[in-house]
Amino acid sequence: MQLSVKDLAVERAGRRIINNLSFEVSSCEALLLTGRNGAGKTTLIRTLAGYLTPTDGSVALKGYGEDRERREACHYVGHLNADKASLTVIENLRFWARYLGGGSNAASANGAQDRLWTALERFAIDPLADIPAGYLSAGQKRRLGLARLLVADRPLWLLDEPTVSLDVQSTALLAGVIEDHLANGGLVVAATHLPLGLANSRELKLGGQMSTAPAKGGALQ
Amino acid sequence: MSGFITLLKRDLLLAVREGGALGTALGFYLIVVTLMPLGLGPDLNLLTRIAPGVLWVALLLAALLSLPRLFEADHDDGSLDVLALGSLPLELVAASKSLAHWISTGIPLALMAPVLGILLNLEARAYPLVIGTMLAGTPAISFLGSIGAALTLKTRRGGLLLALLVLPFYVPTLIFGISAISAALTSPQGFQASFLILMAISLVSMVLGPVAAAAALRQHMQ
Repeated sequence: MQLSVKDLAVERAGRRIINNLSFEVSSCEALLLTGRNGAGKTTLIRTLAGYLTPTDGSVALKGYGEDRERREACHYVGHLNADKASLTVIENLRFWARYLGGGSNAASANGAQDRLWTALERFAIDPLADIPAGYLSAGQKRRLGLARLLVADRPLWLLDEPTVSLDVQSTALLAGVIEDHLANGGLVVAATHLPLGLANSRELKLGGQMSTAPAKGGALQ
Repeated sequence: MSGFITLLKRDLLLAVREGGALGTALGFYLIVVTLMPLGLGPDLNLLTRIAPGVLWVALLLAALLSLPRLFEADHDDGSLDVLALGSLPLELVAASKSLAHWISTGIPLALMAPVLGILLNLEARAYPLVIGTMLAGTPAISFLGSIGAALTLKTRRGGLLLALLVLPFYVPTLIFGISAISAALTSPQGFQASFLILMAISLVSMVLGPVAAAAALRQHMQ
Protein backbone atom coordinates (compact mmCIF):
# COMPACT_ATOMS: atom_id res chain seq x y z
CA MET A 1 0.00 0.00 0.00
CA GLN A 2 1.26 3.44 -0.83
CA LEU A 3 0.01 6.92 -0.12
CA SER A 4 0.98 9.11 -3.00
CA VAL A 5 0.65 12.88 -3.03
CA LYS A 6 1.35 14.72 -6.27
CA ASP A 7 1.71 18.47 -6.82
CA LEU A 8 -0.67 19.17 -3.98
CA ALA A 9 -1.90 22.71 -3.44
CA VAL A 10 -4.38 23.70 -0.76
CA GLU A 11 -5.84 27.12 -0.11
CA ARG A 12 -7.41 28.37 3.08
CA ALA A 13 -9.35 31.66 3.01
CA GLY A 14 -7.64 32.62 -0.24
CA ARG A 15 -4.14 31.91 1.02
CA ARG A 16 -2.14 29.10 -0.47
CA ILE A 17 -1.03 27.13 2.59
CA ILE A 18 0.43 24.17 0.74
CA ASN A 19 2.01 24.66 -2.65
CA ASN A 20 3.30 22.11 -5.07
CA LEU A 21 3.93 19.40 -2.51
CA SER A 22 4.73 15.85 -3.60
CA PHE A 23 5.69 12.88 -1.44
CA GLU A 24 5.04 9.21 -1.00
CA VAL A 25 4.60 7.06 2.06
CA SER A 26 4.75 3.29 1.75
CA SER A 27 3.63 0.50 4.04
CA CYS A 28 5.68 0.15 7.23
CA GLU A 29 6.74 3.77 6.96
CA ALA A 30 6.02 6.82 9.09
CA LEU A 31 6.15 10.38 7.86
CA LEU A 32 6.62 13.02 10.54
CA LEU A 33 5.46 16.49 9.60
CA THR A 34 7.35 19.30 11.23
CA GLY A 35 7.37 23.02 10.78
CA ARG A 36 6.55 26.15 12.70
CA ASN A 37 3.01 27.10 13.71
CA GLY A 38 0.86 27.86 10.69
CA ALA A 39 3.12 25.96 8.32
CA GLY A 40 0.19 23.82 7.16
CA LYS A 41 0.59 20.60 9.15
CA THR A 42 -3.06 20.39 10.15
CA THR A 43 -4.15 21.53 6.68
CA LEU A 44 -2.13 18.74 5.09
CA ILE A 45 -3.46 16.10 7.46
CA ARG A 46 -7.06 17.22 6.96
CA THR A 47 -6.51 17.15 3.20
CA LEU A 48 -5.16 13.60 3.41
CA ALA A 49 -8.22 12.58 5.43
CA GLY A 50 -10.44 14.08 2.74
CA TYR A 51 -12.01 16.87 4.80
CA LEU A 52 -10.41 19.57 2.68
CA THR A 53 -10.59 19.60 -1.09
CA PRO A 54 -7.22 20.29 -2.73
CA THR A 55 -7.06 23.28 -5.06
CA ASP A 56 -4.69 21.39 -7.28
CA GLY A 57 -2.92 18.05 -7.43
CA SER A 58 -4.02 14.68 -6.15
CA VAL A 59 -3.94 12.39 -3.15
CA ALA A 60 -4.20 8.66 -3.82
CA LEU A 61 -3.95 5.54 -1.71
CA LYS A 62 -2.64 2.82 -4.00
CA GLY A 63 -3.20 -0.79 -3.10
CA TYR A 64 -6.39 -0.11 -1.16
CA GLY A 65 -9.50 -1.49 -2.85
CA GLU A 66 -10.47 0.49 -5.94
CA ASP A 67 -14.14 0.51 -5.03
CA ARG A 68 -13.56 1.65 -1.46
CA GLU A 69 -13.24 5.25 -0.51
CA ARG A 70 -10.09 6.63 1.06
CA ARG A 71 -11.92 7.87 4.15
CA GLU A 72 -12.60 4.25 5.12
CA ALA A 73 -8.85 3.57 5.21
CA CYS A 74 -8.09 6.46 7.56
CA HIS A 75 -7.91 6.91 11.28
CA TYR A 76 -7.89 10.59 12.15
CA VAL A 77 -6.87 11.80 15.59
CA GLY A 78 -7.03 15.58 15.67
CA HIS A 79 -6.81 18.19 18.40
CA LEU A 80 -10.15 17.06 19.81
CA ASN A 81 -10.62 13.61 21.28
CA ALA A 82 -14.18 12.84 20.12
CA ASP A 83 -15.25 11.59 23.54
CA LYS A 84 -18.64 12.06 25.17
CA ALA A 85 -18.49 13.30 28.75
CA SER A 86 -21.56 11.37 29.89
CA LEU A 87 -20.50 8.01 28.46
CA THR A 88 -17.99 5.86 30.32
CA VAL A 89 -14.55 5.22 28.88
CA ILE A 90 -15.46 1.75 27.66
CA GLU A 91 -18.79 2.94 26.21
CA ASN A 92 -17.00 5.65 24.24
CA LEU A 93 -14.52 3.17 22.87
CA ARG A 94 -17.15 0.53 22.14
CA PHE A 95 -19.17 3.01 20.12
CA TRP A 96 -16.18 3.88 17.92
CA ALA A 97 -15.23 0.22 17.55
CA ARG A 98 -18.71 -0.61 16.24
CA TYR A 99 -19.09 2.53 14.17
CA LEU A 100 -15.67 2.53 12.51
CA GLY A 101 -15.40 -1.25 12.31
CA GLY A 102 -18.60 -1.30 10.29
CA GLY A 103 -19.59 -4.69 11.69
CA SER A 104 -18.07 -6.59 8.77
CA ASN A 105 -15.11 -8.05 10.62
CA ALA A 106 -16.76 -8.29 14.02
CA ALA A 107 -16.13 -11.99 14.42
CA SER A 108 -17.72 -12.41 17.81
CA ALA A 109 -18.94 -10.29 20.66
CA ASN A 110 -16.26 -11.79 22.87
CA GLY A 111 -13.46 -11.04 20.44
CA ALA A 112 -14.62 -7.44 20.07
CA GLN A 113 -14.81 -7.07 23.85
CA ASP A 114 -11.27 -8.45 24.26
CA ARG A 115 -10.06 -5.99 21.70
CA LEU A 116 -11.51 -3.05 23.59
CA TRP A 117 -9.76 -4.15 26.77
CA THR A 118 -6.48 -4.72 24.94
CA ALA A 119 -6.68 -1.19 23.54
CA LEU A 120 -7.39 0.25 26.98
CA GLU A 121 -4.49 -1.74 28.47
CA ARG A 122 -2.11 -0.60 25.76
CA PHE A 123 -2.75 2.99 26.77
CA ALA A 124 -2.94 2.15 30.48
CA ILE A 125 -6.46 3.46 31.00
CA ASP A 126 -8.08 0.11 31.78
CA PRO A 127 -8.55 0.98 35.48
CA LEU A 128 -10.72 3.92 34.36
CA ALA A 129 -13.01 1.88 32.08
CA ASP A 130 -16.19 2.47 34.08
CA ILE A 131 -15.67 6.16 34.77
CA PRO A 132 -17.57 8.73 32.68
CA ALA A 133 -15.12 10.34 30.27
CA GLY A 134 -16.01 13.78 31.60
CA TYR A 135 -14.03 13.05 34.77
CA LEU A 136 -10.79 12.17 33.00
CA SER A 137 -7.76 14.45 32.95
CA ALA A 138 -6.59 15.96 29.67
CA GLY A 139 -3.89 13.33 29.23
CA GLN A 140 -6.28 10.47 30.02
CA LYS A 141 -8.82 11.84 27.51
CA ARG A 142 -6.04 12.01 24.97
CA ARG A 143 -5.17 8.36 25.58
CA LEU A 144 -8.85 7.44 25.20
CA GLY A 145 -8.87 9.26 21.85
CA LEU A 146 -5.73 7.39 20.78
CA ALA A 147 -7.13 4.02 21.90
CA ARG A 148 -9.61 4.41 19.02
CA LEU A 149 -6.69 3.61 16.70
CA LEU A 150 -6.53 0.07 18.04
CA VAL A 151 -10.20 -0.95 17.96
CA ALA A 152 -10.80 -0.73 14.20
CA ASP A 153 -8.40 -1.95 11.52
CA ARG A 154 -7.43 0.90 9.28
CA PRO A 155 -4.13 1.08 7.43
CA LEU A 156 -3.55 4.83 7.31
CA TRP A 157 -3.18 6.69 10.59
CA LEU A 158 -3.36 10.47 10.41
CA LEU A 159 -2.25 11.95 13.71
CA ASP A 160 -2.34 15.66 14.37
CA GLU A 161 -0.13 16.49 17.36
CA PRO A 162 -0.86 13.14 19.04
CA THR A 163 1.49 13.83 21.96
CA VAL A 164 -0.26 16.97 23.18
CA SER A 165 -0.93 16.68 26.94
CA LEU A 166 0.71 13.24 27.13
CA ASP A 167 3.41 12.64 29.75
CA VAL A 168 6.72 10.93 29.00
CA GLN A 169 5.48 7.40 29.78
CA SER A 170 2.34 7.84 27.66
CA THR A 171 4.39 9.20 24.77
CA ALA A 172 6.49 6.04 24.96
CA LEU A 173 3.28 3.95 24.93
CA LEU A 174 2.13 5.80 21.84
CA ALA A 175 5.48 5.28 20.13
CA GLY A 176 5.20 1.53 20.86
CA VAL A 177 1.69 1.39 19.40
CA ILE A 178 2.86 3.22 16.27
CA GLU A 179 5.85 0.85 15.92
CA ASP A 180 3.50 -2.15 16.08
CA HIS A 181 1.21 -0.62 13.47
CA LEU A 182 4.17 -0.03 11.15
CA ALA A 183 5.41 -3.58 11.74
CA ASN A 184 2.00 -4.83 10.59
CA GLY A 185 2.32 -2.96 7.31
CA GLY A 186 0.52 0.24 8.31
CA LEU A 187 1.18 3.81 7.27
CA VAL A 188 1.46 6.75 9.64
CA VAL A 189 1.47 10.45 8.89
CA ALA A 190 1.92 12.45 12.09
CA ALA A 191 2.37 16.12 12.79
CA THR A 192 4.55 16.42 15.83
CA HIS A 193 7.05 18.64 17.57
CA LEU A 194 8.48 15.80 19.63
CA PRO A 195 10.75 13.15 18.16
CA LEU A 196 8.76 9.94 18.69
CA GLY A 197 11.84 7.74 18.47
CA LEU A 198 10.55 5.64 15.59
CA ALA A 199 12.93 3.38 13.71
CA ASN A 200 11.50 3.73 10.23
CA SER A 201 10.47 7.34 9.87
CA ARG A 202 11.16 10.24 7.60
CA GLU A 203 10.67 13.90 8.28
CA LEU A 204 8.91 16.38 6.05
CA LYS A 205 9.50 19.99 6.95
CA LEU A 206 6.58 22.13 5.91
CA GLY A 207 6.36 25.86 5.50
CA GLY A 208 8.76 28.39 4.20
CA GLN A 209 8.41 31.23 1.84
CA MET A 210 5.21 30.06 0.17
CA SER A 211 2.95 29.74 3.14
CA THR A 212 2.24 33.38 3.76
CA ALA A 213 2.07 34.60 0.16
CA PRO A 214 -1.49 35.22 -0.99
CA ALA A 215 -2.62 32.85 -3.71
CA LYS A 216 -3.43 33.96 -7.22
CA GLY A 217 -6.88 35.44 -7.29
CA GLY A 218 -7.04 35.21 -3.53
CA ALA A 219 -9.20 37.34 -1.32
CA LEU A 220 -6.32 39.65 -0.49
CA GLN A 221 -5.67 40.77 -4.02
CA MET B 1 -26.47 -0.16 8.11
CA SER B 2 -25.02 -1.34 11.41
CA GLY B 3 -23.29 2.03 11.69
CA PHE B 4 -26.67 3.74 11.41
CA ILE B 5 -28.13 1.68 14.25
CA THR B 6 -24.99 2.11 16.37
CA LEU B 7 -25.10 5.88 15.99
CA LEU B 8 -28.84 5.99 16.64
CA LYS B 9 -28.43 3.97 19.83
CA ARG B 10 -25.61 6.19 21.04
CA ASP B 11 -27.60 9.38 20.41
CA LEU B 12 -30.64 7.99 22.24
CA LEU B 13 -28.42 6.90 25.13
CA LEU B 14 -26.90 10.38 25.26
CA ALA B 15 -30.39 11.92 25.19
CA VAL B 16 -31.35 9.77 28.20
CA ARG B 17 -28.08 10.39 30.09
CA GLU B 18 -27.94 14.12 29.50
CA GLY B 19 -31.70 14.60 29.58
CA GLY B 20 -31.55 18.39 29.53
CA ALA B 21 -32.81 18.87 25.99
CA LEU B 22 -36.03 16.93 26.45
CA GLY B 23 -36.70 18.41 29.89
CA THR B 24 -36.31 21.94 28.52
CA ALA B 25 -38.54 21.23 25.53
CA LEU B 26 -41.31 19.67 27.63
CA GLY B 27 -41.07 22.45 30.22
CA PHE B 28 -41.24 25.13 27.55
CA TYR B 29 -44.22 23.42 25.95
CA LEU B 30 -46.02 23.30 29.28
CA ILE B 31 -45.33 26.97 30.05
CA VAL B 32 -46.38 28.32 26.65
CA VAL B 33 -49.64 26.36 26.66
CA THR B 34 -50.34 27.33 30.27
CA LEU B 35 -49.93 31.01 29.44
CA MET B 36 -52.62 30.87 26.73
CA PRO B 37 -55.73 30.56 28.91
CA LEU B 38 -54.24 33.08 31.32
CA GLY B 39 -53.81 35.58 28.51
CA LEU B 40 -57.08 34.90 26.72
CA GLY B 41 -59.37 34.60 29.70
CA PRO B 42 -61.57 31.71 30.80
CA ASP B 43 -63.79 31.62 27.71
CA LEU B 44 -64.16 27.85 27.29
CA ASN B 45 -65.70 28.01 23.81
CA LEU B 46 -62.89 30.18 22.51
CA LEU B 47 -60.26 27.91 24.07
CA THR B 48 -61.87 24.81 22.55
CA ARG B 49 -61.81 26.44 19.13
CA ILE B 50 -58.16 27.47 19.22
CA ALA B 51 -56.80 24.51 21.24
CA PRO B 52 -55.43 22.43 18.31
CA GLY B 53 -53.75 25.49 16.81
CA VAL B 54 -52.16 26.54 20.09
CA LEU B 55 -50.92 23.00 20.75
CA TRP B 56 -49.37 22.79 17.30
CA VAL B 57 -47.67 26.20 17.33
CA ALA B 58 -46.30 25.65 20.83
CA LEU B 59 -45.00 22.23 19.76
CA LEU B 60 -43.10 23.78 16.84
CA LEU B 61 -41.46 26.32 19.14
CA ALA B 62 -40.62 23.71 21.78
CA ALA B 63 -39.07 21.38 19.21
CA LEU B 64 -36.93 24.28 17.93
CA LEU B 65 -35.30 24.70 21.35
CA SER B 66 -33.27 21.50 21.12
CA LEU B 67 -32.46 21.72 17.40
CA PRO B 68 -29.28 23.86 17.66
CA ARG B 69 -27.61 21.05 19.64
CA LEU B 70 -28.32 18.48 16.92
CA PHE B 71 -24.83 18.64 15.35
CA GLU B 72 -23.19 21.16 17.68
CA ALA B 73 -22.27 18.69 20.41
CA ASP B 74 -20.56 16.34 17.94
CA HIS B 75 -18.85 19.24 16.22
CA ASP B 76 -17.50 20.72 19.46
CA ASP B 77 -15.87 17.52 20.73
CA GLY B 78 -14.48 16.44 17.35
CA SER B 79 -16.83 13.46 16.96
CA LEU B 80 -18.22 14.83 13.71
CA ASP B 81 -14.80 14.56 12.03
CA VAL B 82 -14.53 10.92 13.03
CA LEU B 83 -18.15 10.18 12.12
CA ALA B 84 -17.34 11.42 8.61
CA LEU B 85 -14.67 8.71 8.29
CA GLY B 86 -17.03 5.80 8.88
CA SER B 87 -18.37 3.57 6.14
CA LEU B 88 -21.68 5.37 6.66
CA PRO B 89 -22.17 8.29 4.23
CA LEU B 90 -22.57 11.69 5.87
CA GLU B 91 -26.17 11.80 4.58
CA LEU B 92 -27.04 8.77 6.70
CA VAL B 93 -25.18 10.25 9.68
CA ALA B 94 -27.46 13.30 9.37
CA ALA B 95 -30.50 11.04 8.93
CA SER B 96 -29.60 9.00 12.00
CA LYS B 97 -29.15 12.09 14.14
CA SER B 98 -32.44 13.59 12.88
CA LEU B 99 -34.24 10.33 13.63
CA ALA B 100 -32.76 10.31 17.12
CA HIS B 101 -34.00 13.89 17.57
CA TRP B 102 -37.49 12.86 16.48
CA ILE B 103 -37.58 9.89 18.84
CA SER B 104 -36.17 11.81 21.79
CA THR B 105 -38.04 15.11 21.26
CA GLY B 106 -40.81 14.83 18.65
CA ILE B 107 -42.55 11.77 20.07
CA PRO B 108 -42.49 12.91 23.74
CA LEU B 109 -43.86 16.33 22.74
CA ALA B 110 -46.63 14.73 20.66
CA LEU B 111 -47.54 12.43 23.56
CA MET B 112 -47.59 15.33 26.00
CA ALA B 113 -49.96 17.39 23.82
CA PRO B 114 -53.20 15.72 25.04
CA VAL B 115 -52.22 16.31 28.66
CA LEU B 116 -51.87 19.99 27.86
CA GLY B 117 -55.13 19.80 25.91
CA ILE B 118 -56.94 19.63 29.26
CA LEU B 119 -55.73 23.15 30.02
CA LEU B 120 -57.29 24.36 26.77
CA ASN B 121 -60.59 22.48 27.08
CA LEU B 122 -59.77 20.39 24.00
CA GLU B 123 -62.76 18.42 22.71
CA ALA B 124 -62.70 14.75 23.72
CA ARG B 125 -62.93 13.51 20.13
CA ALA B 126 -60.01 15.74 19.10
CA TYR B 127 -57.51 13.95 21.38
CA PRO B 128 -56.64 11.05 19.03
CA LEU B 129 -56.56 13.50 16.12
CA VAL B 130 -54.04 15.77 17.84
CA ILE B 131 -51.74 12.86 18.74
CA GLY B 132 -52.12 11.28 15.29
CA THR B 133 -51.35 14.42 13.29
CA MET B 134 -48.46 15.32 15.58
CA LEU B 135 -46.86 11.88 15.28
CA ALA B 136 -47.24 12.07 11.51
CA GLY B 137 -46.04 15.67 11.25
CA THR B 138 -43.15 15.89 13.73
CA PRO B 139 -40.63 13.93 11.58
CA ALA B 140 -40.69 16.92 9.19
CA ILE B 141 -39.73 19.17 12.11
CA SER B 142 -36.65 17.11 12.96
CA PHE B 143 -35.51 16.38 9.41
CA LEU B 144 -36.10 19.87 7.99
CA GLY B 145 -34.68 21.34 11.17
CA SER B 146 -31.47 19.35 10.64
CA ILE B 147 -30.78 21.51 7.56
CA GLY B 148 -30.96 24.66 9.66
CA ALA B 149 -28.93 23.06 12.45
CA ALA B 150 -26.19 22.11 9.99
CA LEU B 151 -26.16 25.54 8.33
CA THR B 152 -25.88 27.44 11.63
CA LEU B 153 -23.33 25.02 13.10
CA LYS B 154 -20.49 27.47 13.53
CA THR B 155 -22.67 30.49 14.20
CA ARG B 156 -22.41 31.77 17.71
CA ARG B 157 -25.82 31.78 19.40
CA GLY B 158 -27.22 30.41 16.17
CA GLY B 159 -30.50 29.43 17.84
CA LEU B 160 -32.39 32.52 16.76
CA LEU B 161 -31.00 32.41 13.25
CA LEU B 162 -31.96 28.75 13.11
CA ALA B 163 -35.55 29.63 14.08
CA LEU B 164 -35.69 32.29 11.35
CA LEU B 165 -34.35 29.81 8.80
CA VAL B 166 -36.52 26.82 9.51
CA LEU B 167 -39.83 28.17 10.85
CA PRO B 168 -41.03 29.18 7.35
CA PHE B 169 -40.44 25.59 6.23
CA TYR B 170 -42.71 24.35 9.01
CA VAL B 171 -45.69 26.27 7.59
CA PRO B 172 -46.95 23.40 5.34
CA THR B 173 -46.72 20.92 8.22
CA LEU B 174 -48.64 23.31 10.48
CA ILE B 175 -51.32 24.07 7.88
CA PHE B 176 -52.03 20.45 7.00
CA GLY B 177 -51.78 19.28 10.60
CA ILE B 178 -54.41 21.80 11.67
CA SER B 179 -56.59 21.30 8.61
CA ALA B 180 -56.60 17.53 9.14
CA ILE B 181 -57.87 18.05 12.70
CA SER B 182 -60.52 20.63 11.82
CA ALA B 183 -61.67 18.66 8.78
CA ALA B 184 -62.13 15.53 10.87
CA LEU B 185 -64.12 17.47 13.46
CA THR B 186 -66.52 18.91 10.85
CA SER B 187 -66.76 16.24 8.13
CA PRO B 188 -65.31 12.72 7.99
CA GLN B 189 -64.11 12.94 4.37
CA GLY B 190 -61.75 15.89 4.66
CA PHE B 191 -59.42 14.22 7.15
CA GLN B 192 -57.83 11.71 4.82
CA ALA B 193 -56.65 14.19 2.17
CA SER B 194 -54.96 16.54 4.63
CA PHE B 195 -53.48 13.70 6.64
CA LEU B 196 -51.97 12.07 3.56
CA ILE B 197 -50.38 15.36 2.51
CA LEU B 198 -49.05 15.79 6.06
CA MET B 199 -47.39 12.38 5.85
CA ALA B 200 -46.10 13.14 2.36
CA ILE B 201 -44.42 16.30 3.69
CA SER B 202 -42.76 14.23 6.42
CA LEU B 203 -41.56 11.60 3.94
CA VAL B 204 -40.17 14.18 1.51
CA SER B 205 -38.34 15.96 4.31
CA MET B 206 -36.88 12.63 5.47
CA VAL B 207 -35.29 12.27 2.04
CA LEU B 208 -34.27 15.87 1.34
CA GLY B 209 -33.30 16.97 4.86
CA PRO B 210 -30.30 14.62 5.31
CA VAL B 211 -28.96 15.38 1.82
CA ALA B 212 -29.02 19.13 2.41
CA ALA B 213 -27.72 18.81 5.97
CA ALA B 214 -24.79 16.63 4.82
CA ALA B 215 -23.90 19.18 2.13
CA ALA B 216 -23.84 21.91 4.78
CA LEU B 217 -21.73 19.75 7.13
CA ARG B 218 -19.18 19.12 4.35
CA GLN B 219 -18.89 22.87 3.86
CA HIS B 220 -18.20 23.31 7.57
CA MET B 221 -15.37 20.81 7.46
CA GLN B 222 -13.57 22.78 4.78
